[in-house]
Amino acid sequence: MIEWPLLSLLIWLPITGGIFILFFSKSEWINPRWFALFTVAATWALCVPLILFFDRDASNMQFTETVSWIPTFNIHYALGVDGFSVPLILLTAFCTLLAVLAGWKSIQKHVAQYMAAFLIMMGLMHGVFAARDAILFYMFWESMLVPMFLIIGIWGGDNRVYATIKFFLYTFLGSILMLVALIYLGIQAGGFSIEDFQKMPLGLTAQLFIFIAFFMAFAVKVPMWPVHTWLPDAHVEAPTGGSVILAAIMLKMGAYGFLRLSLPIAPDASLLLNKWIIALSLIAIVYIGFVSLVQRDMKKLIAYSSIAHMGFVTLGLFVGYLLIAEQRSVESMQLGIEGAFVQVISHGFISAALFLCVGVLYDRMHSRLIGDYGAVVDRMPIFAVFFVLFALANSGLPGTSGFVGEFMVILSTLQANFWIAALAAITLIVGAAYNLWLVKRVIFGQASHGGISSLEDIDFRECVMLLLLAGAVLFVGLYPAALLNLMHTSVDSLLQQMMQSKIG
Amino acid sequence: MQTVCIGIILAPLLGAGIAGLCALLEQGKKIAALSAIGGVALSFFLSLILLKNLLWDGVELHEGELYTWGIVGGIQFQFGFLIDRLSAAMMVVVSFVSWMVHVYTLGYMKEDPGYSRFFSYTALFTFFMLLLVSANNFLQLFLGWEGVGLVSYLLIGFWYHRESANVASMKAFLVNRVGDLGFLLGIGVILLVFGTLNYQEIFEQATRGDIAGQALQLFQGHHWQAITVICILLFIGAMGKSAQIPLHVWLPDSMEGPTPISALIHAATMVTAGVFMVARMSPLYELSPVASSVVLVVGATTALFMGILGVVQQDIKRIIAYSTLSQLGYMMASQGASAYAAGIFHLFTHAFFKALLFLGAGSVIIALHHEQNIWKMGNLKRYLPITYWTMLVGGLALIGFPGFSGFYSKEIIIDAVRLSSLPGASYAYWALFIGVFFTALYTFRLIFVVFHTHERMDASVRAHLTEPGASVWIPLIMLAIPSLCIAWFVGDALLFDGYFKNSIVVDPLHDALPRIAHHYHSVMHFALQAPMTPLFWVMTLGIFTAWFCYVKRPEIPGLIIRRVEGLHRVLLSKYGFDAFNQIVFAAGGRRLGHVLWQGGDQKIIDGFFVNGSAKSIQILSGVVRQLQSGFLYHYALAMLVGLLVFLLWM
Amino acid sequence: MITLSNVLVVSTLLFGISLAGIILNRKNLIVLLMCLELMLLAINTNFIAFAHHYADLAGQVIVFFVLTVAAAESAIGLALLVVFFRARQTIRVDQLNSLKG
Repeated sequence: MIEWPLLSLLIWLPITGGIFILFFSKSEWINPRWFALFTVAATWALCVPLILFFDRDASNMQFTETVSWIPTFNIHYALGVDGFSVPLILLTAFCTLLAVLAGWKSIQKHVAQYMAAFLIMMGLMHGVFAARDAILFYMFWESMLVPMFLIIGIWGGDNRVYATIKFFLYTFLGSILMLVALIYLGIQAGGFSIEDFQKMPLGLTAQLFIFIAFFMAFAVKVPMWPVHTWLPDAHVEAPTGGSVILAAIMLKMGAYGFLRLSLPIAPDASLLLNKWIIALSLIAIVYIGFVSLVQRDMKKLIAYSSIAHMGFVTLGLFVGYLLIAEQRSVESMQLGIEGAFVQVISHGFISAALFLCVGVLYDRMHSRLIGDYGAVVDRMPIFAVFFVLFALANSGLPGTSGFVGEFMVILSTLQANFWIAALAAITLIVGAAYNLWLVKRVIFGQASHGGISSLEDIDFRECVMLLLLAGAVLFVGLYPAALLNLMHTSVDSLLQQMMQSKIG
Repeated sequence: MQTVCIGIILAPLLGAGIAGLCALLEQGKKIAALSAIGGVALSFFLSLILLKNLLWDGVELHEGELYTWGIVGGIQFQFGFLIDRLSAAMMVVVSFVSWMVHVYTLGYMKEDPGYSRFFSYTALFTFFMLLLVSANNFLQLFLGWEGVGLVSYLLIGFWYHRESANVASMKAFLVNRVGDLGFLLGIGVILLVFGTLNYQEIFEQATRGDIAGQALQLFQGHHWQAITVICILLFIGAMGKSAQIPLHVWLPDSMEGPTPISALIHAATMVTAGVFMVARMSPLYELSPVASSVVLVVGATTALFMGILGVVQQDIKRIIAYSTLSQLGYMMASQGASAYAAGIFHLFTHAFFKALLFLGAGSVIIALHHEQNIWKMGNLKRYLPITYWTMLVGGLALIGFPGFSGFYSKEIIIDAVRLSSLPGASYAYWALFIGVFFTALYTFRLIFVVFHTHERMDASVRAHLTEPGASVWIPLIMLAIPSLCIAWFVGDALLFDGYFKNSIVVDPLHDALPRIAHHYHSVMHFALQAPMTPLFWVMTLGIFTAWFCYVKRPEIPGLIIRRVEGLHRVLLSKYGFDAFNQIVFAAGGRRLGHVLWQGGDQKIIDGFFVNGSAKSIQILSGVVRQLQSGFLYHYALAMLVGLLVFLLWM
Repeated sequence: MITLSNVLVVSTLLFGISLAGIILNRKNLIVLLMCLELMLLAINTNFIAFAHHYADLAGQVIVFFVLTVAAAESAIGLALLVVFFRARQTIRVDQLNSLKG
C-alpha cells in the first residue's frame, strides 16, 4: 500500500486542472485541448497504482483517507474504494478521455470552458465513487450536475434550454429527497459515515421512507421507467462528449447508489418492495425496447436503448430478494449482482461508443436523423466496421461485453422465476431488431441523398477512440473474469448486508 | 491434442483477420484469398489428425480447458474443447466443405468488389462453426451459435445496396434470435437443474438418473418434467438455426446472399448446427419422450410441407433452399426417433450433395450472367457438361437413388421413424414417406427444366455460354465424389458398427438402428434390395411425374394450376407465414412502439406528468402574480394590513 | 404640563398622516418622499419624548443618527427622482408600476 492520498489526487487533480484552464483561457501560451489531454493522462497515470495496489480479497474499504471536515455535525472528508468503486473510477477516467477527444475539433467556441467543465466533472465523479461520508457523497453528487448543466446548455443543440432545465429539475427533485433521508440517518447515527449507516439498525417504517427517498434519487438517475423522459431529451441536445459522460457515467451513479446506499441501508424495505422494482425494470426492458424501435433520431434511439439496458441492472440487483423468497442458493444472487455490475461497466463502453459513432457522423453531416443516411459503408468502411460491432454489442452478441451482463442477469432471474427471465430475454429479439434496423438504414442500403458520397472515413483521432472502445468491449466480452475477480469480495459483503435484517 | 484443437480454431480466425485487414485497406486481394483458404485448409488437415487420433490411436475422447471465462458464485464458466467421435467427424466435414467453398469462391467472386471482405467473412464463419462444434459447454456453444448467426447475417446482406438483401439478412438474424431466446432460457434451466454448463458434468448427472424425476412449476399448479422443459427450449433454438417450422421463414430469403454462402452456410454447415446440437444432447433427449416426440413431429412436418413448396418455386436457388428445409426436417425427425447416428449421417451426406447442388446452381447462374429463373434456362446439358453431370449426381443423392450416399441415410431415417413408438410417429412416417415423392419431383423438375428441354434464354446470353473456370468445377467434382460414394465407405461404421461410441447415447428401448441392422447386410446388398421397398417406387413415381409434366407434356402443370387455383395460391404464398409475420410481428411491433412512445412517453409521462406539473405551476403563479401590481401604495397598504393583523394576533 | 401621552398622541397623528400620505397619494413622488420624512420625524418625536421621560440621553443621540440617515435618504431619493424624471418624463406615482408581475 502506498502512503500518499491517491483518491484525493484523483479527485482534485482534474479539478485543479480545470480551474487552471479557466483562469488562463485568455492567454495565448496555453492550449486548452492539449492541457486537458495532459491532465486526463496524468489522472490515468494515477489509476495505475489504484489498480495495482488494490487488494481484491479485502472486504473493507481501501486507500482510505479521513479528515474531519465539519466537526459540529461530525462530518468527515472520508474517502475509500472497494470492488465496485474501482471499476467505475477507471471507467470515468476512460470516458473523460473520450469526451475530451470527442470535442477536439467539433467544439470551436469556448474551448477552454468546455475542457474545464469536463475536467471538473471528472474530479467530481471520482468523488462520488470514492466518498465514504454521506454529506461528501451528496455534495459531489449534486455539484456534478452543474458542469453537465453547462455542457448541455452552452454547447448543446437547438432545443438545449428545455433539455437542460428538464434534466436539472428531474434529477434535482430526486436527489433533494435523498438529502432528507441522509440527514435523518445522520441524526440517528450521530455522524455521516456511510459505513455507520449500513450497520445501524432501523425500524421498518423508517427503512421504507428512506428507501423511497433514495429510490427517487437513484431511479431518476438510472433512469427507470417512468422517470426516464429527461434522458432522451438531454442526450439529443448534448454535445457528443456530454452524451458520452451522461450515458457512460451519470446513469451508472444511480446503479452505484442502489449498491452503496439503498440495498445495505434498507435491506428489509428492499425485500418488501423488490417486486415493484422488478416490475419497473421489466417494463423498462420491454416497453422501452419497443419505443427504441420506432425512433427516427439516432441519439434518441441509443438513449432509449440505454434505458432498456439499465433495466437489466436494476433487475439484477433486486432479483436477489426474489431468489431468497424462492430459497435458492446465494450463488444465484451473486450471479445477479455481478451480472448487473458487469452490465453497468459494459453499457458504459457500448453507449459511449455508439454516441461517439453518432458524433462522428454528426460532425460530417450535421444531422442525427436516421433517414438522412444510408450506404455510409461505401465511403466510410472502417467506421462501418466499428459501428456494426458496437450495434451488435448493444444487442448483446456473445463475445462482446453487452452479452455478459444480460446473460448473467437472465440466468440469475431464471433461478427465481422462469417467466420473468423469459420476459427479460425478449430484449434479445427487440434489441437485435432496433440495432440491426439502425445499421440497415444508416450503414447499408442506398444513400438517401448526394451528401453521403462526399463523406470521409474516420481520421486517426477518431480511430483511436473507437479502437480503444472496441478493445474494451471485446476484452470484457471474452474475458469478464478480469472484471468479476475485482468485485467478488465486495459482492459477498454486499450480499451479507442485503440478507441481514436490520429491524430490532 | 489441445494444441491441435487450438490450431484448428485459430487458423481460420487468423485467416479472417488478415483477409479483413486486406478488405479494409483495399489492397492485397491475393493475400486475402490465400490466407483465408490457407487457414481453412489447415483446419481441415488438423481435423483429420484429430480424427486419426480418435480412430486409430485409441483416444476415447479429449476434453481440454481453454481458459476460464469467469467464476461467479461457485459456477465456473470455462471455454474448452470436447473432442469425441461426433465432434471430430463434424469438424472434418465442416472444414472440408468450407475449404471447397473457399476454392470455389476464388472463381465465383472474381469480379466482385467485395472479394477480400467475402473471404474474411467465410473464414470467420468457419471459425465460429468450429468453435460451436468443438465446445465442451453451453456458453461456448452459444458463442459459436450466435457467431455463425452473425456471419450469416453479414453474408446474406453481402450485397448491401440491395434492399431485399438487407431485409433478408435482418430477417434471418431476428428469426434466429427468436430461437436463441428459447435456447438461452434452456441454458438457464440447465444451470438451474444441473448447476453447471459443462457437457460432461451434465451428462453424468443425467445418466445417473436423479434428474429425471425433477419437476419445474412453470404455471401455477402445473408441474413439468425439468428435462422436458430443457429439451424443448433447446429445441426451439435448434428450430431457429435449423429452420424448422415455424421458424423456417428466414432460410428461403437467405438466398439473397452469394451462392457459395448458400452452399456453405445455408445448406451444409450452419443450418445443421441444430441437428448437431440435438445429437450432442442425446443423453438429455433420451430422457424425455415428450421432447423427442415434439422434435419428431416438427421435423416431419417441415420435411413434407417445405418439400411441397419446392415444386412451385421458379428460382433455381430457392428450389434448392426449400429442398434444404425439407432435408433438415428429415434429419430432425431422425433425431426425434432416437436414430441420432442416421440423422448425423444424413447431415454429412447432405452437406456434400447439397453443397454440390448449390455450387452447381452457382455455376449455372454465372454462366447465364446472374439469371436465376429456371424458366429462362433449358438444355444447358449441351453447354455445361461438368455442371450437368455433377448436379445429376447431387440430385440422385438428394432423392435417395439406390447406391448414392443419400439413399442410405434417408432410407434408414424413414425406417427408424417407422419403428419408433413415440406419439406422432405414424404421422411422421407418412409425412416423410410422401416427402420422398416430392423430393424426387422438385429435384427432377429442376434438372429437366434447366438441363434438358429446349433453350429459353436470350440469344445474346446463349452465344457466350461456357463452363466457368477450373476453380468452379474442381470443387464440383471434389464434392460429387463423396456425394456418390461416401456411404460405401463409412455408412456401415457410422450407422451400425457403433462408430459414435459414447458420444451419442441411445436408450436401448428406443434404438431402432440395431433392428434395421437385421435386414442390412452390406452396402451392395442394401442397394440391390431397394426395388423391393415401397420407397423406391414412390421415388420413381416422383421422377416419372417430373418427366411427364415437364418434358413429355409441358402443358400439364398449367392445367393443374388452373384446376386448383386456391391451393396454388396458398403454395405460392408459402402457407402465409411471411404475410403473418410481416403483419403481426414486424408491423405490430412498430405500431406498439409508436403507441408506447407517442402515447405512453410523450402524452402521458411527458405531457401529463412532467410538463403537466410545470404547466400547473405556471397557471398557479399566473393567479398569484395578480397581487404584484407594482404600485407602491398597494404594497404599503398590504404592509399596514399585515402589521395590524400581526398586532391583533399577538 | 405636557404629559408623555400628549406627545405620543401627536407623534401617532404625525405617523398616521404620513402613512395615509404614502397609501393614498397617487400623484407626486415628492409627496411620497416628504411623507417618509414625516414618518421619521414622528419616530424622532417618540424618541425624544421617551428620552425626556426616562432621563436617558441615548434616545436623543439616536435621533441625531436618524436625522443623518433621513438627510442622506432624502438626498438619494431626490437624486433618483431626478434620474427617474429624465427617463420617464413623469413622477406620477400611479404610473410607477414597472415591477408589476
